[in-house]
This record gives sequence, structure tokens and C-alpha cells, in this order.
Amino acid sequence: MADASYPDDLRYHAEHDWARVDGEVATLGITWYAQDSLGEVVFFDPPAVGTTIAKDEPYAEVESVKAVSDVVAPVSGEIVEVNPALGDAPETINDDPYGDGWMVKVRLSDVSELDTLLDAAAYREILD
Amino acid sequence: MSKTMNDNRLHGDPGIADTAGQDGRGLSLEMPKQRDRAVTIFEKSKAGRRAFVAPELDVDAQPLDDLIPARMRRTEPPRLPEISEPEINRHYKRLSTRNFDLDEGFYPLGSCTMKHNPKLHERIAALPGNARLHPAQAPERAQGALELMYELQVALGEVAGLPHVSLQPSAGSHGELAGVLLTRAYHEDRGDHRTKVLTPDTAHGTNPATVTMAGYEVVKVGTDPDGGVDLEDLRAKADDQVACLMLTNPSTLGLFDRNIEEIASIVHGVGATLYYDGANLNAVMGISRPGDMGFDIVHYNLHKTFTQPHGGGGPGAGPIAVSDRIEPYLPRPQVVQGDDGSFVLDYDRPKSIGRLRGFQGNYGVFVRSYAYILSLGGDGLREASETAVLNANYLLARLREAGVAEYLPVAYDRLCMHEFVLSGAPMKRELGLKTLDLAKRLLDFGFHPPTVYFPLLVDEALLVEPTETETKETLDAFADTIAEILREGEQDPEIARNAPYTTPVRRLDEAGAAKRPVLRQPL
Repeated sequence: MADASYPDDLRYHAEHDWARVDGEVATLGITWYAQDSLGEVVFFDPPAVGTTIAKDEPYAEVESVKAVSDVVAPVSGEIVEVNPALGDAPETINDDPYGDGWMVKVRLSDVSELDTLLDAAAYREILD
Repeated sequence: MSKTMNDNRLHGDPGIADTAGQDGRGLSLEMPKQRDRAVTIFEKSKAGRRAFVAPELDVDAQPLDDLIPARMRRTEPPRLPEISEPEINRHYKRLSTRNFDLDEGFYPLGSCTMKHNPKLHERIAALPGNARLHPAQAPERAQGALELMYELQVALGEVAGLPHVSLQPSAGSHGELAGVLLTRAYHEDRGDHRTKVLTPDTAHGTNPATVTMAGYEVVKVGTDPDGGVDLEDLRAKADDQVACLMLTNPSTLGLFDRNIEEIASIVHGVGATLYYDGANLNAVMGISRPGDMGFDIVHYNLHKTFTQPHGGGGPGAGPIAVSDRIEPYLPRPQVVQGDDGSFVLDYDRPKSIGRLRGFQGNYGVFVRSYAYILSLGGDGLREASETAVLNANYLLARLREAGVAEYLPVAYDRLCMHEFVLSGAPMKRELGLKTLDLAKRLLDFGFHPPTVYFPLLVDEALLVEPTETETKETLDAFADTIAEILREGEQDPEIARNAPYTTPVRRLDEAGAAKRPVLRQPL
């Protein structure tokens, strides 16, 4: 499992999610802290492509050996892609939370929401 | 445990038999020579081997077709293991020693009330009139059993402070489902169609599962800094679409909610029912009654509070008690006493939610629980609860001593009821040991671990319920062991990370079990 890290190029949500923004599309996932707290992920239940998700609301579920937990959307928008690899290998979320363990891609409906997200330093402060 | 244990024998492949002893030291005595290899009775089978040989036939043989018509006979023999009697004995004796049970050691599994099950109850349950009673026996020929059930209903009703009891539900979760179905029946009967049920975020997982199964939407209510229901959040979410609030009091944090009257008033104010999850009833028997607190429906866990042996999957019993306004909807049949003093099964209940299981429930459980209630009496039940609370507070005080409290602080700093929650977050941060590692290491010291990672709102939670039947010496030994494991973790956290070492199987691959379950035994 990877060591604790919070890359500077990501935006963070206090519910332990990250967003990597590329134009109008954001890639979403959960942070190192979130996957570490969950323990090994055994199932990822994604939303369907085309679904609309709302900032601060649950959009997917992850199940670990400890619990089933909601994944909260850091931004609003429409799901344009779901990581197909997580179906067979949900533990990728633990192994590489910011890379191959990404969850969904979203077409942003309100770019201004990005301003409400935290940078890495501010997110680390929440964890301490 | 000495530092010298920290070599690669300890950290090596758990499947390799211990080769210690080559160095001639006594260290190997602490290590299993070879862990138990799981062998099923089917794998031990040898064709033609028998445990029993039938005697020669000494009467006239009859044609098989006269006894069983050909169309009703199987065409090939069943695939049963073929094995000798001594091998059968050894197999099951060995299996019986591989599980951890309450007769073996301390079992402080929070919210499960693993109290001692008095052996007297087994004798009474084994009396032929109890053990050999056929479930289809006509009521007039089973008067003793029906009287026992009736008297148990009365006693349980007194404990809950609610007069009407059904013994049918056969598990806590079954009692919950009964309770939510009763809630639905109550509202629908009045033409009131509601859609939501509230559960606190400390609730047992069965609560939201029950709500979903009964066709309602789950709405979570938050917890206040004191560990009780967040009243502001409750007020905001309680509306005329709410059918029920399911509450555990004391909660899974081991705390009595001091605002219970206010909670009841908010819930009843919007016309909803108040449901009492009885998982933690062991804290309050004879001291406070859910009915007096304003609850409409209560379930009991006879296998927790009332000493039915459990932990191996049953059988349990989850009777329910309800208030007058819910009574018409209770499952049928009900055990009632007729005018002539005899006991009958009353099916004439037109508004009933119906039958919840075959026959009258798990009767053997009723016998044990009734024996328990009669043995202790009302004062004894109260004393049991008081001692359960005392034991929990004593153990909590021991675990707040230096050497433990800095790694495992209590989650909510109040006097606890019958159980309490510690957080392993500092232990994880400072020592790199997770609550799971501590739990697994406890097994090597002969203790069943407490409940871990529940309740969910406490990081790295450890939920400890010692119960009233443990001695001070046992509680001290447990507290000392926790302190010892933490000291060991300061020296070498790898030891706990690889625990357990002394159990039939070592650290289990829980993720693998969830993702790739083996559901069938190949024959």
C-alpha cells in the first residue's frame, strides 16, 4: 500500500474526496486517509454514466472489510465515465488512490464550485 | 514476551511449520509446532468404511416395492462420508476445541452481552416435557408449555413496562422487522401513509437494514457532543412523513440518553412511533423501563440479556412488547389465558400483521429465559444490571490508567452504562497498530476481542462489554493484557501486526473472503 500523500495538484473535499480538474471535466476519487481508514476495499458500487450528481451528496458506495460507506461528491455534474477496472479489482483504490484507483469522471455543471474546495495544505490541516 | 521472539520465525510464512527448537531454546513452547490443517469429514471418507454394521436380518425380508414405491426412491445413494466411529469422534471433538466460546474465556463483545449461561437452565430445557414436546401438539395437551410462554410474556412485559408481548420473532433483527411492520400496520390502519424511518448514526447496522427491508427510507440522525441524539437534528428531520424513530438506549456508545423524554415528545409530536432496540437492555433491567420512557415497541434479545447461549448462529429469540395502541396488530396466534384458566392460541386477530414464523418460536430459548427470570426474580435482575454497569465502569477505570489511556482514550468521557467505547486512533498514529491488530493479539492471550470498528462514528473503535458474570480478577487480567500488548507494541509493533500465533488459523484474509467466498465444499 502506498504511503500517506496528498498531491498538490488536486483539490480536496472535507469528506476525504479529491478532484483532478481538466477543463470542464473532473476526475474524482477518495484520499489516502479515506482508503486507510476504510481498510481493504472489497466492492465499489459506481453510479451509471449519465447520472447527475450533486456536490456534498453521496454518489457511490465503497465496501471494505469494516463497513459500507458513501462516497460524497466534491462537485456537481454529470457522470461521463466510470473506472471499469474497479469492478474486478476494487483494491486498486487502496493501492493507488490518486492514480489507477480513480472512481469517476464528471462534466462539471458549475465550475465556480471548485473555489469552495480545499488545497492540499488546507486538507492536511483537517486531518491534524 | 521477549524481544528474541522477534525473528523471522515469527514473521515468516504463516503456513510453515515452526522449526524452533533447533536452537535448543524453550522459545518454541510458545509457538504452535504446526497449525491445524483444516480437513473436512468428507475428505476423511474412505469407500466402504463404516461406523455401524447392522445385525443380520432375523425376520422375513419384505420386497422393497411394498415398503417404498419405486418412484419415491432415490436412484443413487447419497454422498455421505464413510468413516469409522473413532474417527467421527475425533473429528468433532477436535472441531469443538477450535472455536472460542464463553465456557473457554472472557468474551467482552460489545453490544452482544456474552454473559455466562447458567447450566441449571440446560437441565430444565432438557426435561422430557420440554425437550420432547412436539411443535404440532394440540394446545390442550401442551398446557404446561403454553403456561410457561404466557408467564414469560407477563414477566418480559413487566421488564419493558409494556403490557402486550409476542414471543414469535426469533432473532433481534426479526424482532426489529416485526416492530417496523407493526408501525406500518398502525399508520396504514389510520389511513396515514408515511415514507421514512429515523435511525441515529450510532445505530446497530440491523436498524437501517430492517427499515429498508420493511419498505421505508432510512434517514440518519446525528449524535451530539455528549454522545446522545442530536435534538436539533432530530427536530429538523421529524416531520409527518416519519413513521418511527428506532433508538437504542443506552446507545452503542454505552451511554444513557438523558434527553429521552424530550426525544419521545418530539417523535410523538409528529405522530410517529418510538422503537426500542433491546440489544442493550442488560444495562437497565429493573432500573428503568422503555415503556415508562415513552417507547411504543421494544424487542428483547433472549440470547443476550436472558442467557440463551449464543454466538454460534442461534437459536435465538427476539420477542417484542408493545403499547395498547400497537396491540391489535401483533403477530398471530397470541398465547392467551381463557376464562377457565386454560391457555389457548388466539388466532382471532383481524388486524394482525400475521404469522412471523412456523409454530410458536424457539421454545427451548423460552425455557432457559424463564428459568433465568425465576432464578433471579425482579430484585436479582436489577442486581444483574447494576453489576454489569459496575463491571464496565471498573474495567473502564482500569483502562484509563497510564500506559493505556494515551493510546486508547475513551470516546465519550462520561460514566458508562454496561459497555464503553475506546478509540484506537492514537495507538494507530503513535505505534502504527490498528485496532484490528490489538484485537488479533488479544487472542494469543486467551481473550476474545471486543467488538471492533463499531460504532462507525468513532475512529478505530473498540466496544467493550464485560457483563455482570465476570470476576474482578478476569477484568484485571484483561486490562493488564491490553497494557502489556501496548508495551510490546512500543518495543516491536510487528508482533501484533502478525498476530494471532496460537489460534488454529492465523490472520484471516477478510478481503479475500468477501471477494472470493468459497460457498461449496467439493465432494
